[in-house]
Amino acid sequence: MLTIRNLEKDYGGVPVLERISLDIKEGCFCGIVGPSGCGKSTFLRILLGQEAPSRGELLLDGVPLPNEPSTERGIVFQRYSVFPHLTARENLLLAHDFEGSPFLGRAFGTRRREAERMADQLLDRTGLDPARDRYPAQLSGGMQQRLAIAQALMKRPRMLLLDEPFGALDPGVRLEMHDLLLELWREHGMTVFMVTHDISEAFKLSTRVLTFDKVRTDPQFPDAYGATVTYDLSVDGTAFPDNIEKDDPNAEAG
Amino acid sequence: MRLINQKVSRPAGFLLAAIPFAIVIIAYVSASGARLAVNPSDKLLPSFASMAEAFWRMATQPDRRSGSLLLWADTAASLARLALGIGISALLALLLGVPIGLIPKIRGLLNAFIATFSLIPPITVLPILFIAVGLGEASKIALIIIGTAPVMTRAIALAVSELPVELLVKAQTLGASTWQIILRVVLPQIWPKLVVAIRLGLVPAWIFLISAEAIASTEGLGYRIFLVRRYLAMDVILPYVAWITLIAFLLDRALMLSSRRFFRWAHLGGGGL
Ligand SMILES: Nc1ncnc2c1ncn2[C@@H]1O[C@H](COP(=O)(O)OP(=O)(O)OP(=O)(O)O)[C@@H](O)[C@H]1O
Ligand SMILES: [Mg+2]
Repeated sequence: MLTIRNLEKDYGGVPVLERISLDIKEGCFCGIVGPSGCGKSTFLRILLGQEAPSRGELLLDGVPLPNEPSTERGIVFQRYSVFPHLTARENLLLAHDFEGSPFLGRAFGTRRREAERMADQLLDRTGLDPARDRYPAQLSGGMQQRLAIAQALMKRPRMLLLDEPFGALDPGVRLEMHDLLLELWREHGMTVFMVTHDISEAFKLSTRVLTFDKVRTDPQFPDAYGATVTYDLSVDGTAFPDNIEKDDPNAEAG
Repeated sequence: MRLINQKVSRPAGFLLAAIPFAIVIIAYVSASGARLAVNPSDKLLPSFASMAEAFWRMATQPDRRSGSLLLWADTAASLARLALGIGISALLALLLGVPIGLIPKIRGLLNAFIATFSLIPPITVLPILFIAVGLGEASKIALIIIGTAPVMTRAIALAVSELPVELLVKAQTLGASTWQIILRVVLPQIWPKLVVAIRLGLVPAWIFLISAEAIASTEGLGYRIFLVRRYLAMDVILPYVAWITLIAFLLDRALMLSSRRFFRWAHLGGGGL
């Protein structure tokens, strides 16, 4: 479904990502791990269209993805994912308001009722029903992230991107969020990309884990090379060998 | 216990806050009393009684020449100018500040211009205004606008550009156009910032209002205190200054409370001014 070909990204001449080529199947849950600063968020921003790759292409079903955020790609950030001036329920209704009315930005009539039905269902599904009329500042961190996920699902995106969505939550809440995310993923059948610092989280949730790191380093110029996908594993332990660069990382390090 | 850790209870807080006021009032009363004891017709530090009497006269007895109640006529004239000036400034701040903060091309077009414009000392524009639009209401209102609109515009543009980029991206993934983002994401979050900008803008607005009224006017709070200055009428000037201060304070409070009332979400974090 998603094809990434020779993707590279550099910031002001400093390469951050290089030589990334992947084929992602529809419905895949891709965990993305790697050391801090290696470009995981950058990769996600490129998938989202928030930033353009320096070189290479991104194809969705063979068609290049638009270079700005669009409705087929939902996003959940670590923070600032929901709108502080809207209540939980209004946050969910917003997507349909946009769709329904280009000038007023508010949906009416049957479209409104359709949106409300969907929003109430998602509120119920994410356990936010008692908090439907509260503002995000009145929700706990876990509730805010549940709301962010629910909001991203309102447009039924084909791809859901999550950047360390549970990084700020305590372990118990994290476990609940894992269950919720897996259930929603199965129900909606979307393709998920999730960046996380927690390798066990990645292996628990994902069907495929991508690890990012620099394979080539030049001791004189630490910025000379960017990171790429170093391991591409299916969770049953088998690799996706086609996607890995053939050169041996250890051979170049010396 | 260290000083920085010693908290103040509510009643003690009121008491503490009252101390500087009490000191100033006592100092004034004793200085005024001392001068009046030497010279009962002294005009420099009038007694509270004579000030109250003068204020009462301005508020309740029709002026001999114009037949109007001067305090209320002055207050109405000044507030109308202030409201019109700051209102137009707020409108300009929204119409310019939001696009400047949000749309790179408009920022490229206008940012440097407004930054330069805001450096012009507004009072130097006053003669130009008098020549161009005459001595009437328009020049006084224009002075307030010139003195406040650039800074308010920059405050709004800054507030817009400080909105988390995540929210703008999120809105786009929900299918919003630029216009819909302005309408449903930017403006609602900017209203409380606009109230803050108005509150901050009112400080220079008062200065420009009083200055313009002092130079060319026939009524208004600023006109009055500069008029009676010729007769050293401190018994009118001091109450007028207190009256202007009170109005400024009440305006500021009213704006703050209306922001809490209408933009409840923005004040949930507690604190704030
Ligand atoms: N807008 C930018 N301009 C310049 N450099 C940037 C920019 N964004 C990211 N970088 C650089 O790109 C590299 C990768 O950043 P990125 O945020 O993608 O890392 P990350 O893998 O998400 O890290 P973390 O795990 O800490 O979130 C970093 O070295 C960072 O300094
Ligand atoms: Mg990151």
